[in-house]
Amino acid sequence: MFAFATGAVFLCMCLLLIRLFIGNTLYDRVLALNTFGTCTVLFIGTMGFLFGRPDFLDIAILYALINFVGTIAVLKFFRYRRIGDAWESEDDRAMIQDEPDELAEEGEEKRA
Amino acid sequence: MTDLAVTLLLFFALVSTAIAIALLRSLFAVVMLSGVFSLLAALLFIAMDAVDVAFTEAAVGAGISSVLMLGTIALTARHEMKPKRWSATPLIIVGIIGAFLIYGTLDMPAFGDPNAPVQTYLNPDFIARTPKEIDVPNIVTAVLASYRGFDTMGEVAVVFVAGLGVTMLIGGSGGFLRRRYRETVLSRKDGQA
Repeated sequence: MFAFATGAVFLCMCLLLIRLFIGNTLYDRVLALNTFGTCTVLFIGTMGFLFGRPDFLDIAILYALINFVGTIAVLKFFRYRRIGDAWESEDDRAMIQDEPDELAEEGEEKRA
Repeated sequence: MTDLAVTLLLFFALVSTAIAIALLRSLFAVVMLSGVFSLLAALLFIAMDAVDVAFTEAAVGAGISSVLMLGTIALTARHEMKPKRWSATPLIIVGIIGAFLIYGTLDMPAFGDPNAPVQTYLNPDFIARTPKEIDVPNIVTAVLASYRGFDTMGEVAVVFVAGLGVTMLIGGSGGFLRRRYRETVLSRKDGQA
């Protein structure tokens, strides 16, 4: 039963790896990474029950937290093209927002 | 048996992730995949009952270093350049070093071996000494913060020096790179207009 669940979660992880490798757009990749983190949490849970030691279940919750913060950081980077520092001037802000979205374009070209 | 199967499956995923990292040219994809690599390594550590190591791996590998690498991409380039010509030398060097490392593990005690030195006298010794010497209920904390305190201080120094070096290389030029980047973009815009 737990072996089947673990196998199913691992299969999901393999499919996500394929998506990460092909990755039509970068947003696909971010989504795949986030889902991979969720699968990790599930895998820790099922693996604990499979080996008969479900003591590490609370550790899995911490992985969910890391996953959340990491995804927010990556998405913030996509939106503002920088991490953690403020705009230097109004010019800067205008420039970043006028900048063509290279990442999205790159993905669209591949898809077309 | 299930233990071995899970470990083998995780190693299979780990190796395919590493190959994908080596093949891909888009650096964003490489950052995402290195996060996956860390998560898989953390799962392997958990399968070996090293929960604290696994958590450090996940927090540092999948959390902080992805963010740091994204910050580096923001300052440098988004794509890796194609190598001018293919050379087998790095592959041979890596293969030889890997073979030596595997040869080195042959002398190590097997995983979970009850007769390993760490099980026969080191662990019982720490368990016996910690309550009266350190008086901390958690033995792992006592070993990390007290018995290995000097080692931990060295690690902190190494991390500090590494951070300082990176700051001086890419961030400490007073925003020089960013100013230059802004000037190029603005001049390009003027050219278009």
